[in-house]
Amino acid sequence: MKLLTCPVNGPRNITEFQYLGPVRAASADQPEQLIEALFYAENPLGVMREWWRHTPSNIVLIAERHTVSDQIVATYLPNRKPA
Amino acid sequence: MPFSLLKYGLRSRHVPFRDIPPTPDLKRSYDVVIIGGGGHGLAAAYYLSNVHGIRNVAVLEKGYLAGGNTARNTTTIRSNYMTEESVRFYKEGVELFETMSRDLGFNVMFSQRGQLTLAHSEATLRSFHLRAEMGKHMGTRIEVVDVRTVKELCPHLNLDLGGQHEVMGGLWHADGGTARHDAMAWGYARHAGARGVEIHQRTEVTGFEQAGDRVTHVRTNRGTIAVGQVLQAVGGLNGQVAAMAGIRLPIRCFPLQAMVTQPLKPFLDILVSSANLHTYLVQSSRGEVVIGGGSDPYQLASTRSTLDQKEHLAEGALHLFPFLYKVKLLRQWAGITDMTPDYSPIMGASPLKNYWLDCGWGTWGFKATPVAGKRMAETIATGRVPDVLKPFDLSRFDSFALLNEMGATAASH
Repeated sequence: MKLLTCPVNGPRNITEFQYLGPVRAASADQPEQLIEALFYAENPLGVMREWWRHTPSNIVLIAERHTVSDQIVATYLPNRKPA
Repeated sequence: MPFSLLKYGLRSRHVPFRDIPPTPDLKRSYDVVIIGGGGHGLAAAYYLSNVHGIRNVAVLEKGYLAGGNTARNTTTIRSNYMTEESVRFYKEGVELFETMSRDLGFNVMFSQRGQLTLAHSEATLRSFHLRAEMGKHMGTRIEVVDVRTVKELCPHLNLDLGGQHEVMGGLWHADGGTARHDAMAWGYARHAGARGVEIHQRTEVTGFEQAGDRVTHVRTNRGTIAVGQVLQAVGGLNGQVAAMAGIRLPIRCFPLQAMVTQPLKPFLDILVSSANLHTYLVQSSRGEVVIGGGSDPYQLASTRSTLDQKEHLAEGALHLFPFLYKVKLLRQWAGITDMTPDYSPIMGASPLKNYWLDCGWGTWGFKATPVAGKRMAETIATGRVPDVLKPFDLSRFDSFALLNEMGATAASH
């Protein structure tokens, strides 16, 4: 079983989490970025920042994960990235 | 054919026949370079060389021939989509499969056994009616059937599923079928090679040289070559290769996992799929049951397998056919799918004048191999995108002219 560490609940089975997609650089609120924000999502080969939700406790968090090795580098609450 | 075979068999000295010519040295320049030696790229090479007379063609393959998603798909052939544009395109693909063995002189074991998609809810049945009416309008064989007909088509199916997800009806697509993916790729490669197309295996594209809005050279690990035109068809790596040419694609990568069981006596002579259970099954001519389903839940560019997903596939399969509970798995694997936002492919022009795209094939690329190859070859040979491909242009995302096929595609082949 693959584990993902929730910043509140600690290491949990990754099936308890819902994937909410990459943290987007473009914003749908900016008209000139609308198409970018809607269709052109981040898809790197490397570490990507992404939104996850621990469904039983409804904790929304950010994970930094490598998209080739599937290694989870860090997890933290939004706007509380550890130094 | 039988006489030549007999003569060959009686000859004392056998000359081994080589389907695929050995990898030659790279020439300095080619009229057309096809990046990706999978089904789509080889089909395009076949049509370029055998139909359009363009023979100075190189197919560049990073690994070995047809070893990516061409070898990893679950070989479903069908045209039961939602929109007129898609049905028109995929119908042409099914028709090309019907004559493929004869056209290629290579038995691709096409078996048009029909595909049954199960509905477990009223909402699914409503979407089936939409797809059936569109399919009939476009001249394909498709109809919504009731539970009694489902039972006749597939007597072993567990219809009540223990009170949950009971089967309420189905979408019967008599044109649906399956074929050998390797045979198809080898057939195309053999005929393209016979007409002078060079197939370069273990040749990785590392970059492009551009002048204005044209690609002039392709850089590879075996040297740099000058090009007239380029076709990109690289499956899961489409986003990365396009980025080397400075093109951004609306693509996200997800693994798609599948597995086969040990061989069983024939019990399933149609393709069965369930939209609600995210599972589909087909019994191969060897008797193995091929089980596929939904993609992995999060983005990844790795072909690793997970127990979670395999359990999920097994659960769906056991709901439909509980008597499979003792059957052992023989093989399991994954492929990297390049998913587009509207679950339709991207074919046609790119921002560069001589660089053509055949990508975004996600989980639905195998069935389109012949038609995508044929139409992309036509595009390259004439310099004009045919009408049937126009709805699939990359520019549809800029104009919000999406071609939504999520309901007819995701997890329910």
